[in-house]
Amino acid sequence: MSGNIFIYIFIMAAVTYLIRALPLTLIRGTITSRFIKSFLYYVPYVTLAVMTFPAILSGTASVWSGLAAFIVAVALSYMGKGLILVSMAASLIVFLLELIIV
Amino acid sequence: MEKKGKWYKKGLKDGLPVGLGYLAVSFSFGIQALKANLTWPQAVMMSMLNLTSAGQFAALDTITTMGTYVEMALSQLIINLRYCLMSSSLSQKIGENTPFFHRFFMAFGNTDEVFALSAAQDKPLSPYYSYGLMSMAIPGWTLGTLLGGIAGNILPDRVLSALGVALYGMFCAIIIPPAKKSRILSAVIIIAMLASTIFTFAPLLRDIPSGIRVIILTVSIAGIAAWVAPMKEEAV
Repeated sequence: MSGNIFIYIFIMAAVTYLIRALPLTLIRGTITSRFIKSFLYYVPYVTLAVMTFPAILSGTASVWSGLAAFIVAVALSYMGKGLILVSMAASLIVFLLELIIV
Repeated sequence: MEKKGKWYKKGLKDGLPVGLGYLAVSFSFGIQALKANLTWPQAVMMSMLNLTSAGQFAALDTITTMGTYVEMALSQLIINLRYCLMSSSLSQKIGENTPFFHRFFMAFGNTDEVFALSAAQDKPLSPYYSYGLMSMAIPGWTLGTLLGGIAGNILPDRVLSALGVALYGMFCAIIIPPAKKSRILSAVIIIAMLASTIFTFAPLLRDIPSGIRVIILTVSIAGIAAWVAPMKEEAV
C-alpha cells in the first residue's frame, strides 16, 4: 500500500494532528504530581536547547557564521533583548560575515 | 473582548519573527518538494495541513522511495512525538475557565516555535495569544512553500542562509532570560546542548534520526532534572 501522494499527505496530517490534540484534550485538569509538573516545566528548555545547538552551526553556509550567530543571539538574549531584535541581529551577522568569508 | 484583542495583537507581534523564519525555511521546503516530484499545490497542501518542518522533510524521503503508508504513519509518529510532550506541557497552561473547544484549534498550530512562545507566557495562557501566533506562523509556512514551489530560487543563497538562523536566535531569546535567574535552568540548558552535540557527532549515536534524538534527550534530561531539582510548588 503506497504511492498516492494525497493519501500520504492525509496520513501525515492525521498522525501529526492527533499527537498534538490528544494530550491537550485528554489532560483537562491540573496535574498534581510534583515530578510530572517539574518534568513538563523543563521540557521546553531542553527541547529548544537540543534543537538549537549544534544545528545552528550547520544551518548556514559556513560553520563560523553559524557560531557567530549563536554567540550574538546568546549575548543579546542574556542582555534581555526581545525576540525580533535577537533574531534580526543573528541573521544580520550571518549575512555580513558571509559577504567576507564565503 | 478587549482582552482577547490585546492577546491576539500580542500574538501577532511575537509571531512576526516566527512567520519570517518559517518563510525562509519553507521556501527551501518548497524547492525540495519539487525535487521529490510533488506539484506545488501538493507541497502547499502538505505545509498547510501539517505545519511541521522535520516531519515534512522526512516525508519527502518516504514519498521518493515509495514507502508504504504504514511507514509514513510510523515515521511521522516518531519524528513528531515531541509535540506530545509539548501539548502535555501546554495543557497545564490553559486557564480552567477557557472553553474546551479552543483546545482543538490550539492543538493544530502547536509547532516548536508557537509552543516555545506560549510556554514563555504566564498562566493562564489565552487561546487568542495562540491564534495571533498561528496567524503569522501558518501563512508564513504556507506562503514560503508556495514561493519556493513556484519560483524556485528567487532569493539568493546568502539571504536564505542568513534567514535560516532567525529561528535559532528566537529560541535563544526564549530560553536564556529565565535561565539568567536560575542556576539549575542554566545547567539544564548547557547539559542539553552538550548532549545534543555528542549525539550529533559521536559514532553510532549520530545515526539516530534527529526527531528521535530530540525525544530521547528531552525525556532523559528533563526527567533527571525533575528528579534531582523538582520545582517549588508555587513556581510551576
